[in-house]
Amino acid sequence: MSNSDMQTKTTAKPVKATDLHVGGPEDMLPGVPKRDPIVVATNITRTFGGLKAVDVESLQIPRNAITALIGPNGAGKTTLFNLLTGFDKPDTGDWALNGKSLKGVPAFKVARMGQVRTFQLTKALGMMTVMDNMLLGAQNQTGEGFFQAIIPSMWRKQEDDITERALDLLERFKLVKLKDDYAASLSGGQRKLLEMARALMCRPELVMLDEPMAGVNPALTQSLLSHIIDLKSEGMTVLFVEHDMQMVKHIADWVVVMAEGRVVAEGDPKTVMRNQAVIDAYLGSNHGKDLGTDTDTVNTMKELLDDQR
Amino acid sequence: MDWGSLFTNAAYEIISPTTAAYALAAMGLAVHFGYTGLLNFGQAGFMAVGAYGFAISTLTFGFPWWAALLTGIAASVVLALILGIPTLRLRADYLAIVTIAAAEIVRLLFTTNTFAAVTGSAAGLSGYKTSWQAMNPIPAGNYNIGPWVRDHNEVWLLIVAWGLVGLAALLIWLLMRSPWGRVIKGIREDEDAVRALGKNVYSYKMQSLVLGGAMGAFAGMVFVLPRSVQPGNFQPTLTFFIYAILLLGGAATIFGPIIGSMIFWTLLSIFSGFTARAVEIGWLPFMTSLQAGQVRFILVGIALMVIVIYRPQGIFGSKKELAFVKQ
Ligand SMILES: Nc1ncnc2c1ncn2[C@@H]1O[C@H](COP(=O)(O)OP(=O)(O)O)[C@@H](O)[C@H]1O
Ligand SMILES: [Mg+2]
Repeated sequence: MSNSDMQTKTTAKPVKATDLHVGGPEDMLPGVPKRDPIVVATNITRTFGGLKAVDVESLQIPRNAITALIGPNGAGKTTLFNLLTGFDKPDTGDWALNGKSLKGVPAFKVARMGQVRTFQLTKALGMMTVMDNMLLGAQNQTGEGFFQAIIPSMWRKQEDDITERALDLLERFKLVKLKDDYAASLSGGQRKLLEMARALMCRPELVMLDEPMAGVNPALTQSLLSHIIDLKSEGMTVLFVEHDMQMVKHIADWVVVMAEGRVVAEGDPKTVMRNQAVIDAYLGSNHGKDLGTDTDTVNTMKELLDDQR
Repeated sequence: MDWGSLFTNAAYEIISPTTAAYALAAMGLAVHFGYTGLLNFGQAGFMAVGAYGFAISTLTFGFPWWAALLTGIAASVVLALILGIPTLRLRADYLAIVTIAAAEIVRLLFTTNTFAAVTGSAAGLSGYKTSWQAMNPIPAGNYNIGPWVRDHNEVWLLIVAWGLVGLAALLIWLLMRSPWGRVIKGIREDEDAVRALGKNVYSYKMQSLVLGGAMGAFAGMVFVLPRSVQPGNFQPTLTFFIYAILLLGGAATIFGPIIGSMIFWTLLSIFSGFTARAVEIGWLPFMTSLQAGQVRFILVGIALMVIVIYRPQGIFGSKKELAFVKQ
């Protein structure tokens, strides 16, 4: 990708996907079916001791759109991510990607099927270089077989190809200068970027980002947001967790609100933010914290929203 | 009082077959612990099944040397699978507990009188070297290796032992620079991150356990070729000496285990030679020669502590890749 392409991409106004659910505006209720869902989940529950961390009757993620999963701390967002990606097992429920059930499918197979996640606490591999982190993301590598590994001629060509793809992505994520550095030497924000770029090496269909913006300094926030928007324009589906309603408003096509393990509201960002249940459950408890004190973030968002006008 | 022979004896430890055996065992641990982050505390068990597999298949079943060798390796693979299948899905510490227990079970099974007809129980086994010595291509006689004179059997063993060390080093080098090695090193640091990228972590950990265990079995066979098979040689302390060698050389390195083993055995030989002679000429009046034999381990322990404190990544290791001190 050339530089000028990138410029146009990053400054492009996000084009919102609309008409994602079945029915009219009055049908934007928790569990509403989608016209073209990529993930369909029903009756997912998970309890820790006596605590019902997740209790989702029905949830569908619309394809080729950006869906934000929001809700106060402890709402069960990360737990739901773990359940959907095979990192944790629910007590009950069934869920499917592209119609294929993921129930009981181990995490690595879920990733191979095209549903790739990142973690709330970044898992950049610090003792490996940035480039090695990236190459680890590529799928179907011949050289990852024990016996093939011993014969470099069997995987050299593929290694060159994925290295080139990794360089492209690193260029896009402005990490290319750091490619030979150990990931441990990166800043928190750069690690988030690396983890996202590494996930893209898998060529996912659905990217699930758990708080991609948390702890990222405001200078990098905008670039992260624009990368998320780019994913959609490249045909991917994004599900991301975020606390900050303003950011969500800016990039999400659809918003799912969780509180105390349940989906309490769903809809397009504007509708959801007017929803009384959301204001009570989410903004009510988190108001001062999320929107008031984090002035850096608020300022960035103001700039972003200004860009939009 | 012969101080000169103290140093020629010690210098031979650099190339002795036992040094090669410990180097092989430490390379197996490098694969497990250094590269994959698997806490195998039962490397002595892998060495034991290799050694007994070789000796028993020769003595009881009359196998030729190559079939006996394959039996020893197969036994280590089976042990790795038995240990790995239930534990590799669990947290890392479970493997540590299970391996140390399993290595003791293996040793006690070889020690108990119940199977004395096959295992020789506490007396161990000998007389399994006929087929191995029969295929020695080196003409009988004595040979000069530098300042040392050794017979054709020892020379043959030296060639094979260090040949195996070389092959193991080559194999580890090839693997760890490959995409396979990249996955392995990723697992060492954070297996969930690797799992999230579509890699079958369980299978990789199993492959690593089998590979390092097989290296342990080779080590066990090389270890018993210049001596007899004794169950007492496969105590948990053996595993700890091999860990000491590994940490001394550098846990995630190719040459660390080899140089570590050379230093370990040379130090051991110098210390034991020194304390024995010192007791003999009355420098250490408070000590019997039996006690002096134990003092060497204390001195080696101190030397290792000093090295690990002042160079925690080992001689060859990179601080950035310290497996046991995460940033
Ligand atoms: N492994 C666990 N063991 C016990 N409780 C847990 C575990 N993981 C999450 N929880 C609990 O489940 C609830 C939901 O947590 P989480 O999914 O992390 O929320 P969120 O990501 O929305 O902040 C919290 O009350 C949390 O304490
Ligand atoms: Mg969370």
